[in-house]
Amino acid sequence: MSVAARRPLDDPGLADEFLRVIGDGDEYAAVDMVTSLLDDGVPAQRIMIDLIARTQARVGDLWAANQWSVAREHAATAISERALGALAARTNVKPSRGRVTIACVDGEWHALPTRILAEMLRLDGWRVDFLGANVPGPHLITHLHQTGPDVVALSCMIATRLPRAHAAITACRAAGVPVIAGGRGFGPGGRYAQHLGADAWAAGAEEAVRRLARNWPPHNQDAPLAAHLGDDEYTYVVRHRPELISTAMKRLAEAYPTMREYNQRQRDATAEDMAHIVDFLAAALYVSETAVFTDFVTWTEGVLRARGVPPVALRVGLQTIQDQLRDYPAATAILASGAARIPA
Amino acid sequence: MTAQSPASAGERLTDGPAPALLRAALDAASEAVVLCGSADDTIVLVNAAAQALVPGLAAGATAAEGPLPGLAGEESFTSRYRGRDLQGHRRALGDDHYAWYLRDRTEEVARADALRAERARAAFLADAGRRLSSSLHQGRCLRITAELAVAHLADAALVVLPAEHRQSQWVRLIAGGTLEEGTLREQSLTSVPGLVEALGGFPPIPSRWLDASQAPEWLLPGAFGPIGALLVTPLPGNAEPAGALILARRGTGATFTPDDEILARVFAARAGAALSAAGLYRDQVDTTAVLQADLLPPELPRPEGIELSGSYQAARGSLRIGGDFYDVFGPTDDSPETVIALGDVCGQGPEAAVLTGKVRQTLRALRLVDAAPATMLRVLNRALLESGRRHRFVTMVVGSVSRADHGRVRLELATGGHPAPLVLRDDGTVEEVPVSGTLIGAFARTVVRPAEVELAPGELCLLYSDGLTEARGGPSGDELFGEARLHDALTECRGLPGAATLERVRQLVSDWVHGGIHDDIAMLAVRAPARTPLSLRNGDRTTSPFAIDARRPDRRRPRS
Repeated sequence: MSVAARRPLDDPGLADEFLRVIGDGDEYAAVDMVTSLLDDGVPAQRIMIDLIARTQARVGDLWAANQWSVAREHAATAISERALGALAARTNVKPSRGRVTIACVDGEWHALPTRILAEMLRLDGWRVDFLGANVPGPHLITHLHQTGPDVVALSCMIATRLPRAHAAITACRAAGVPVIAGGRGFGPGGRYAQHLGADAWAAGAEEAVRRLARNWPPHNQDAPLAAHLGDDEYTYVVRHRPELISTAMKRLAEAYPTMREYNQRQRDATAEDMAHIVDFLAAALYVSETAVFTDFVTWTEGVLRARGVPPVALRVGLQTIQDQLRDYPAATAILASGAARIPA
Repeated sequence: MTAQSPASAGERLTDGPAPALLRAALDAASEAVVLCGSADDTIVLVNAAAQALVPGLAAGATAAEGPLPGLAGEESFTSRYRGRDLQGHRRALGDDHYAWYLRDRTEEVARADALRAERARAAFLADAGRRLSSSLHQGRCLRITAELAVAHLADAALVVLPAEHRQSQWVRLIAGGTLEEGTLREQSLTSVPGLVEALGGFPPIPSRWLDASQAPEWLLPGAFGPIGALLVTPLPGNAEPAGALILARRGTGATFTPDDEILARVFAARAGAALSAAGLYRDQVDTTAVLQADLLPPELPRPEGIELSGSYQAARGSLRIGGDFYDVFGPTDDSPETVIALGDVCGQGPEAAVLTGKVRQTLRALRLVDAAPATMLRVLNRALLESGRRHRFVTMVVGSVSRADHGRVRLELATGGHPAPLVLRDDGTVEEVPVSGTLIGAFARTVVRPAEVELAPGELCLLYSDGLTEARGGPSGDELFGEARLHDALTECRGLPGAATLERVRQLVSDWVHGGIHDDIAMLAVRAPARTPLSLRNGDRTTSPFAIDARRPDRRRPRS
């Protein structure tokens, strides 16, 4: 029995230790910590939420603050998943509720929060089908027809996936299965979730468990789907994504001759940043919410600042895209609002 | 009523018989008119139309005491008299008289009722069509059928499926209750009047011939109360019934009218079609699942001292099986080595999948006779050529993995026309394993040049299919992911567990193609497990294998 097991769950030292062992990729210690807590009588749900999920949030912050590398973040996540798996293997609950399908939307790779949700729902008596990260819409719908669940829990952590989340929600509901949405991608308070036709939204795993335990299925099951989403500006931006990015790259190279010396990695990274600008712009146009874009700019600005990149770089990036969209007033307005968020 | 009436202009009606002209004019009108005196509500005149409509009305009587109590009112009324729907409007005729104008609305009401019923039926059937067509899952179709039946047709509904293995599956819903499911023995079916006939494909027996009191106790819980009427309708399917729908109405007076029975049959036709489509789909899924089971990526063994991870992504829209595959054969009593294989057969879809199944089976057999990787490829080449089917070739890597001293892992690898495996070294460099070989199954003579590599703890060897490096995307949407990006991605994954490395590469490629991949991608990683970082136990973070942050290159950004 490890020393950690003698500490209560709310001991901050415990969380620090867990962060350290997952950051070191020490699977054995991480699994030992959570199983010892379980042996001490701490409910598995509390370990998942108060230790694993909270620590994972800190991992994200550490990456954003440039204190951890992408690789370390991935390694820590992998260890967290192993710890979660160890908890799951030691808890067995007889299904007493319906059947739920849990999936991350197409292109969404943050699987750990949904895996925690899967375990929480299983512990609450649901029969759970966990489809994991990056589930293409057609695979999700095929699964629905094959298993006939009572609800789909769909996670979207990044707003750029909202159009695909919308397609998935629409298809699920057309297949007669109500959808509960979750994840930061659906905006503050899940406001885009309703817009996209989801039947419910939950901020986190615990709220989702509560929401599904009562008043489910929702009464307005046959409510008409959300109104028309996406307009001609959205279509233009998405269809011209490659041109928007490559033209932006060309203009940047003209303005900053040093870019010509970039190697492929550096060029790829810059192109990726441009792609993010275009993708978040498209998502903002799709749901008609400027906040989708301005939140992205604020977040990116923080991430870049932590890496010593001056804010002007981001502003120049926005400008090169904006210059190409003069005839598109909504897109121009969104880009201008974004630029206004960047400190001088 | 405040409208000016013709008699208000000053002409006075006396208490005596009405002037003949007035009577003649009113009798000629098609509207029924009853003239009354205001003072004592006495009927002064009943015209011919009123006489025909309400024969009991006569001049001299008090209006309210006649056969139409509505005449006592002050404004208007509707009432039913001798099977007719009547509507009366009262109008003042000067100060001393008023008249009731009566209209026969029987047909109008009947038409309105019929229209409303028709609309409700249409809405119900539209709703039913939409909801029943939404799902191909039989369980859901059953539930939807019960829900719709209770919402529109009856107080309780039971859907019974034909017996399979002498057991019949059922779903039951009672208005206001929750759905129940269960099975019952085939012989119990006979106790429900009309059920055996319905499941036997015979026309439904009219509800009035079914004795609701004969229904067995298990049909509905006691709390439902006495069943007033029972209706058992077959759910027509693919030339044989998909099931039967049992409807029940509560209370002694309840009935199912012939219209109700027709509606139930129309609904049952739709529900039956949906259920049988779901049944067909389920059969297909079951068949596919059996076939797929051998073709899907295998569960990886966990041999001691060797870390194995695999990843397989089928091209979008396929059956999740295709031309790429990997397989791992764990150590046996005779040979301590673990054999790994990853390959790509030409083509996609089920045909390619069948060939991968054959290739995997051949490898499994070869592994049992302890063949070396190069030998395996040569034998496989001859086997494919002799199978007689042209244009069936495969590129692949085969390796045998064993443990060496000091936590190291040794691999003997051979390829046939496949991208060379990559090795991620401890310092982050990526090397190509120097192997080469020709396509398998294409030429009578194969050239296979095997090679050996050793992995130190923490080092990793990646086998992959060309779907990875040939994924098209990037900013232009048409650029290959390429080997350079793969090398960079691996370098970034230095020190990561194998599974996390594969996940990272998958993620990068998925972002690169910005949408669904168009070719299968298979990856298999062999890693020598990293030793427990003892130095970390005392919290010295700088020596962590992941603590590369300080050396991390700056973001590549235009600087002003």
